[in-house]
Amino acid sequence: MYFIQGIGARVVAQIEEMGAMLLFLLRSFGWLFQPPFRLFQIIKQMHFVGFKSTFVVILTALFTGMVLALQGYYSLRKFGSEGLLGSAVALSMIRELGPVLASLMVTARAGSAMTAEIGIMRITEQIDALETMAINSLQYLITPKMVASLISVPLLVALFDVVGIGGGYIVGVKLLGISGGSYWSSIESAVEWKDVYGGILKSISFGIIISWVCCYKGYFTKMSAEGLGKATTESVVLASVLILVWDYFLTSVLM
Amino acid sequence: MGTPIIIQLKGVEKSLGGQPVLRGVDLAIPKGYITTIIGPSGEGKSVLLKHIIGLMRPDRGQVLVDGVNIAQIHDRELNEVRKKFSMLFQSAALFDSMDVFENVAFPLREKRLVSESDVQRYVPEMLERVGLGKMGHKFPAELSGGMKKRAGLARALVMGPEIILFDEPTTGLDPLMAHAIHDLILAMHKTFGFTGIMVSHEIPKIFPISDWVAMLKNGKIIAMERSEEFLRLSDPLVREFISVPHALAAT
Repeated sequence: MYFIQGIGARVVAQIEEMGAMLLFLLRSFGWLFQPPFRLFQIIKQMHFVGFKSTFVVILTALFTGMVLALQGYYSLRKFGSEGLLGSAVALSMIRELGPVLASLMVTARAGSAMTAEIGIMRITEQIDALETMAINSLQYLITPKMVASLISVPLLVALFDVVGIGGGYIVGVKLLGISGGSYWSSIESAVEWKDVYGGILKSISFGIIISWVCCYKGYFTKMSAEGLGKATTESVVLASVLILVWDYFLTSVLM
Repeated sequence: MGTPIIIQLKGVEKSLGGQPVLRGVDLAIPKGYITTIIGPSGEGKSVLLKHIIGLMRPDRGQVLVDGVNIAQIHDRELNEVRKKFSMLFQSAALFDSMDVFENVAFPLREKRLVSESDVQRYVPEMLERVGLGKMGHKFPAELSGGMKKRAGLARALVMGPEIILFDEPTTGLDPLMAHAIHDLILAMHKTFGFTGIMVSHEIPKIFPISDWVAMLKNGKIIAMERSEEFLRLSDPLVREFISVPHALAAT
């Protein structure tokens, strides 16, 4: 009997948490449309989430593009169609790897920092202090982060795509000796608008997932150092898993 | 009591994590005085304070601030009521991304009540009053516990609130510094005339600076008296709590 009660309690708790997360998201975005508008906070957060992630995104993108070209060359050579390497690299980058890998990098770098920052503000009563000053803590802290990552992640993904294709060019054309012309022309003929559009749509939704999960976990941190550590781990794991799961469903719809 | 009441709690009950913490608190806070709520650690003194400013809402009962029941109002209206309040937190709760000056200036700038040139004038003046005249450019991480409390007090005072809540203002400070902070609170009270509500277990240090003392025990207010009369109460629970430090001092 206790066993069944235990299962029931866990299920109810999970559903309650999902509801709380959804309300958190809706409220945070709702505050965007009410004064005072915090443009400066949004720009500050874009600097943190976007600009400061550029180095790690460029580095990851470069090597991803390079290894894709290596692997693609190896497979395509079996069919004598090395000339299609450009389209193989560009399509996998734009449709799949760009949005997913860039978002995972942003989760690891900026998402974890969001959870830690908000969590520390919770533990040290700084969030309560905001509330006592009649300042809505969601509007002041969370909304700018969500908007910033909604704008920054698609831009980072675009950067990732471009650098990745460039990395593929370096390996394919400069190292393995494919003609540069066929690399670019195969990209031009194979990549369609719907590929690019799908990638942008993915990156926007990933941007929301990252800030949503990471801010939520920080905002509701348990009041201890251990709780904060746990919240940071949970936010990175949950955001990464959600990105991959959501990616599958979005891809199947966009096909 | 004869004095006007600014805050009244009626039958406030609150459970946290299934544990009852407040079991029907009735309390009336007189306007313009310092009232200190004492009681053993873990009795829910800070929880009680958070109910007064609406950071927590009671499961049952009423919290009346100037006659408005803040237990059941919308967030927007609650923010209106909160304009009367400031709070000095146990950890001072300074924003660690800002220096001391910006911390004190923060409520002024946020609410845009005064021009930036007035901010540049008010804030150093307030820092001077709390004894942090040259510390405006320091970050909270560079300050000692006592300095943080002073900066927190400056931030609490800068909006000229009617009511200030003090959550254990001297916890974690050495006795000399605790004494200095108490003196500072008293001096600021004389200057600004706010209603002070303090939560503390610093017996007997709080008696000289408090006008009224209330004791929270087993989730209820078991006694409230004028400070000088509180020490003469015969209630065994009160006697047990207030006599321990005397006994320790005697040994």
